[in-house]
Amino acid sequence: MQKPSQSFTRRHVVKALGATALAGGIGMPYVARGQSDVVRFGHLTPLTGFLGPLGAYGQMGVQLAVEEINAAGGVLGRKVELLMEDSVNPATASSKALRYIERDNVACIIGEISSASCLAIAQVAARHKKIFVNTGGNSDALRGKDCNVYMFHVEGANTQYVKAVGSAMLRDGMIKGKKLYSLTADYAFGHDLSAVAKRFVKANGGEVAWEELVPTDATDFSAYFLKIRQARPDVIISNLAGNQITNFIKQYSEFGLSIPYGGFGFDTAVAWGAGKGNFGGVWPIIWHHDLDVPQSKAFVAAFMKKFGKPPENQAWGDYVGAKVLARAMNEAKTTDTAGLLAYFEKEPKFDILKAREGYFRSWDHQLIQEMYTMTAKPLAQVKDQWDLMILGPAVPAAEAPLDSIAPTREENACSFQT
Amino acid sequence: MPLQLVFILEQILNGLLVGVAYLLIALGLSLIFSLGGIVNLAHGGFYAIGAYLAVEIGNRFGFPVAFVASPVAVAFLGMLIERVLFRGFYRADPILSLLMTFGLAMVIEQALRITFGAAPIPFGIPEFLRGQVFIGDFIYSRYRMAILLVAIAAVAGLWFLLQRTAFGRVVRAGVQNPDMVGALGISLSPYLTAVAGLGIGLAGLAGVMMAPVTGVHPAMGAEILTASFVIVVIGGLGSFWGAVLAALLVGVVRGLTVYFLPPAAEASMYVLMVAVLLARPRGLFGERILRFE
Repeated sequence: MQKPSQSFTRRHVVKALGATALAGGIGMPYVARGQSDVVRFGHLTPLTGFLGPLGAYGQMGVQLAVEEINAAGGVLGRKVELLMEDSVNPATASSKALRYIERDNVACIIGEISSASCLAIAQVAARHKKIFVNTGGNSDALRGKDCNVYMFHVEGANTQYVKAVGSAMLRDGMIKGKKLYSLTADYAFGHDLSAVAKRFVKANGGEVAWEELVPTDATDFSAYFLKIRQARPDVIISNLAGNQITNFIKQYSEFGLSIPYGGFGFDTAVAWGAGKGNFGGVWPIIWHHDLDVPQSKAFVAAFMKKFGKPPENQAWGDYVGAKVLARAMNEAKTTDTAGLLAYFEKEPKFDILKAREGYFRSWDHQLIQEMYTMTAKPLAQVKDQWDLMILGPAVPAAEAPLDSIAPTREENACSFQT
Repeated sequence: MPLQLVFILEQILNGLLVGVAYLLIALGLSLIFSLGGIVNLAHGGFYAIGAYLAVEIGNRFGFPVAFVASPVAVAFLGMLIERVLFRGFYRADPILSLLMTFGLAMVIEQALRITFGAAPIPFGIPEFLRGQVFIGDFIYSRYRMAILLVAIAAVAGLWFLLQRTAFGRVVRAGVQNPDMVGALGISLSPYLTAVAGLGIGLAGLAGVMMAPVTGVHPAMGAEILTASFVIVVIGGLGSFWGAVLAALLVGVVRGLTVYFLPPAAEASMYVLMVAVLLARPRGLFGERILRFE
């Protein structure tokens, strides 16, 4: 008889590797719980992969929101029950969304960061006529050609990000007459952002002269920096996402290039990861914990108390998403999709922890809101590991209409077919 | 020299620098597999632990202390894991040890996530190693030059240990024929522990080296593990110089792909692997190890 250790062949290794890969895809087991006298919110966001760090903040934000909603009496006298899962990738996100709807009978779905997964969830939600509040997917296409009447966007569209930071770049002379070199995340979000950014740069007299598509699992940027150094662009632009941004900033600092840089997309958590003395450039941001607004400060304090660290912008997104939905359900006096759609149709204003209130624009369901820019804080003024950035003024400025940075109908047509 | 050629040469040299981090991990993987027959899917986890320890120790006692203490600590952890976990699986069905190390990888990743959070924790290059080195028109990060030297020293040391010492002779004999080693009255047990410590310590060292230039987050091990496996396969299981050559090759090919066809950068190493396996099914310098055939 053969001993097991003697039958260890290459073929076994391959088989076993395949089996482990399968096991990895199955994800967390689900535990059914709760009764029907609750309102269920289904939350999905990536906890693994290059967007995982942001997803963790999304979960913290939505947990805090639901806690506060229940402390204030819940929704229509019922408690809100929060279900949370790792969305992993578009295929898994889609099947988990379906499970939320069919088995758990959720009132709505909240969350997500990956634009690709957003689209997958949106399609399931639309088929079953459930509201999906996107709190982290930026792609314009989600608000444009892929829009649907059941999908609402707390997260800013790429156009809002580009126009916000673009105004600062124009002011700093980084666009007009300049040649830009952009590094773009090679998936739905990056491609979409790149298209929006190019349109903006071109309209303002600049040129994206070089562009590289960077795989989302790339961790080493040195080869790109060498190439950029040879090309001698005037400005380097990051259209990167998630962990890519951490590595980009860290290695940019390592190579000490003197070319001005910035990004059209950004998340604070990944910049914090770059560490003191490495952060630089000019970036757009949808919300920051330094924001000098009383409601925002209260949210930051409650978050710090619960989690021991300041909230990141993704925490804001999922917090606001859940809060807005709860308020809409209470004011519309229904958790029913048709009733909620009729309520949102009137463009009610919501407190979104910013100086100006926001509203979901009726023709594309984008949350129309202030955006901000940020730059590096001089090292001498940095207080702690969370204090690397200086928040710029709100864009658009107080006298300009709030939707002046949002995509126009011409830029991003959306038609709801119900 | 035409300008284009200079650029390509620059990418090749940079690729070598990128390859060394993979190399340390691949060598450890290869060592543990050759002697014990365990494919250590948790190897990336130890790389991550090395990086987190580097941050924690570095912030308190400075980077040089972290550079030594963290790999040593990870090596001891590796020996402990070998004693407690690996030991029972040497003679078991390989599927079981794969499941065990896969589980261990998840436990490590989640433990890091629970302890330090999912977001990358801040860490940078120490002040005295910041800056760039210019050689002619070539630019290099001073830090990468320094870690290249460390990696060369580690590889040379490992080679010496395996080829020129009594310890190495027993390990190499154990790779070829463990039963015969036993028949000669030498117990492989302490060698298995030492090799696990050594291999896992190398992963820890790679973690320390990469922590200042890459994001320190719980899934960082998974990021680098696949590439390291590819290197082991390209180099040939059990081959020391195969792994060295494969690591440098993967680094260079990746650099050149970034230069000529950027979207395929991460895919290039898999194409390389397929090409090598088609020509040489045992990898570049894969030895014929009887018990694995």
